[in-house]
Amino acid sequence: MKVRAQFSLVFNLDKCIGCHTCSVTCKNVWTSRKGVEYAWFNNVESKPGIGFPKDWEDQELWRGGWELVGGKLQLKSGSKLERLLNIFANPDMPEIDDYYEPFTFNYAHLQNAPLSQAAPTARPISQIDGSSIEKISWGPNWEDGLAGEFAKRSQDSNFDTIEKDIYAKFENSFQVFLPRICNHCLNPSCVAACPSGSMYKREEDGIVLVDQDKCRGWRMCVSSCPYKKVFYNWESGKAEKCTACYPRFESGMPTACSESCVGRIRYNGIMLYDADRIAEYASTPNEQDLYEAQRKIFLDPHDPAVIAQAHLDGVTDDWIEAAQKSPIYKLVMDWKVAFPLHPEFRTLPMVWYVPPLSPVQSHIDQGNIANTAEGLFPSVDNLRTPLQYLANLLSAGQTEPIRKALNRMIAMRLYHRSIHVEGKEDKRALDAVGLSVAQAQDMYRYMAIANYEDRFVLPTNHPEISLDDFHAFQGQNGFTFGNDSSPGISASSLFPERRKSSVESLKPAPMAPEK
Amino acid sequence: MDLHAFIFGVYPYIATVVFLLGSWVRFDHEQYTWKSDSSQLLSKKYMRFASNAFHVGIIAIFFGHLIGLLTPHQVFLSLGVTDLAHQYTAIYAGAVFGSLCLVGGVILWLRRMFNRRVRAASRWMDINILGWLMFTLAMGLSTIPVSLQHAAHGDASTMIALSEWIQSVFMLNPHPELLRNVDVIYQVHLFVGMSVFLFFPFTRLVHVWSAPFGYLTRAYQVVRMRRR
Repeated sequence: MKVRAQFSLVFNLDKCIGCHTCSVTCKNVWTSRKGVEYAWFNNVESKPGIGFPKDWEDQELWRGGWELVGGKLQLKSGSKLERLLNIFANPDMPEIDDYYEPFTFNYAHLQNAPLSQAAPTARPISQIDGSSIEKISWGPNWEDGLAGEFAKRSQDSNFDTIEKDIYAKFENSFQVFLPRICNHCLNPSCVAACPSGSMYKREEDGIVLVDQDKCRGWRMCVSSCPYKKVFYNWESGKAEKCTACYPRFESGMPTACSESCVGRIRYNGIMLYDADRIAEYASTPNEQDLYEAQRKIFLDPHDPAVIAQAHLDGVTDDWIEAAQKSPIYKLVMDWKVAFPLHPEFRTLPMVWYVPPLSPVQSHIDQGNIANTAEGLFPSVDNLRTPLQYLANLLSAGQTEPIRKALNRMIAMRLYHRSIHVEGKEDKRALDAVGLSVAQAQDMYRYMAIANYEDRFVLPTNHPEISLDDFHAFQGQNGFTFGNDSSPGISASSLFPERRKSSVESLKPAPMAPEK
Repeated sequence: MDLHAFIFGVYPYIATVVFLLGSWVRFDHEQYTWKSDSSQLLSKKYMRFASNAFHVGIIAIFFGHLIGLLTPHQVFLSLGVTDLAHQYTAIYAGAVFGSLCLVGGVILWLRRMFNRRVRAASRWMDINILGWLMFTLAMGLSTIPVSLQHAAHGDASTMIALSEWIQSVFMLNPHPELLRNVDVIYQVHLFVGMSVFLFFPFTRLVHVWSAPFGYLTRAYQVVRMRRR
């Protein structure tokens, strides 16, 4: 057993209203720069839809993620040699039009236009070359709120095993908002595909980053990420991706997208997992077993054996405590209501999703939705969003775990409805799904109320451990494109090294007891 | 010292020093600019053929020059490679890979000039260096008819003079006079080619240094520990 801590997230789709505040916050913080105008480290998709970039879920097209070849994990884009042979022109590389041509509007014209009868207009212009765009025909969120024809949207890969024609009719249509960021996978295919070794997973928190100095722009990460969450900055020629807002996270703050989420759907926390078993679980033969396999890799932070090993592996006490209080652990392990996005990509993603209960209360009240055999609550098979669709999205097509999760969420609602509306506690629904009253109260607290301190349980980083010389870097450390956190780039330098070392003792002070 | 002696006796060293020292300084201080600078994201069209043809061609040509010119004459003879065989191999391999590189490179250059997105993302030096490489290549290909004539007359003196000159440069004992009687087209090709090395550190060509062979033997996953 090798205990590692992982920064992880859960997005509660049941409460996502698709307002894009997360996307806009992220854009303003990270990608409002030249070269990444088209990149959205965080985006919100309306499903069913082909998404951003187009058809990203179709790995027959993009060849992202992993596959099993003779029982062994191999990148879907082929062997290492195959990738090197394709290095001059990556055949799986998306083009800017698969995302969209970034645009702005010629606002200056509004002020500079000569006097005329008609009011001047600000026409769209390309942010790449400034040329005028006749008509904007695609964007990062073109399908927002089920915009566009069904014929196009239904190209969605999650529809592959579903009789989709039924959902072409207005009265049968359904919609799920799907916010997406980098999954900071346990078995990242982008890292595995990087020829220069510039991508890496941080040992202390599992955040996946691109070393901007070492990246050579070979572009293999862009195509090998099955979620298409590594972007090529066409100006700098480097790969860029979601950083999990590590400068915030390191000081105990949630990511910008999570902090700004008005629906309070985002949870940030720590999970402990067994790093020795990544390959074993990622190569689970049946892809439908991957969800369960990934749950098995997580370690119980209350288990004394785990805690002892965590200490040996350098996980500090405050991180273990954070793992014990982790909202992620409760949603994923205790209540089993959160699922990984497309586990069949075999990257062991670490952003998990609570499936949405379609907004059906009024339908239930009108008796439009058939109840389960026990007559207690509506059958999830009759909810608006097809169970199979959610299963294709979140559990490689296996409906049973999703059904159980939805039933637990319904039971929790019915229980609280009985208390708050009917004024009389009715535990029958809880009994039917095997939830205790305490669990239902906790679920209510975390999922319905979702207070800030419950959603975000984040320990601070330990720069006194992680930096070469923590005194010297005080006040000059953070996100840069340069190399601020180390004395220099190469071991031997032509020029005098920057004097960044300090005279203070580098022995970390013992940690004060918290209580 | 006349111009000839300068170009073939001093210039090679200027180019080499700038090439090596420049690369080192840039790697040391501007690694954020050290990259292949691909424009594939902006336009994929023609890239599969053109970029592969260009790269395969130029790599083959580079190693062809390296082996053909730097291997001592005696080694070839002792291996049983006659001058004539050497000449024809150089001519035909050069013609095949040179043409491949030229076709690919010209497509890439046209794309860089006339694709609006690629053009917008191109720096002055990106256009120049590709143009310069194509010019060098065109000069190199222009030597083929002359070489063919030499070979037809069984005259290997130019080939031997070229390789003895470059070996003399490498031995730090340059003999520019070896090239006095060599056809001017070879001299132009040599000068333009040496200039590529002079420009090298200031262009995107630096990515050549970073050819990622280490990837083949590396473990898939990279985890960075807290301390270096």
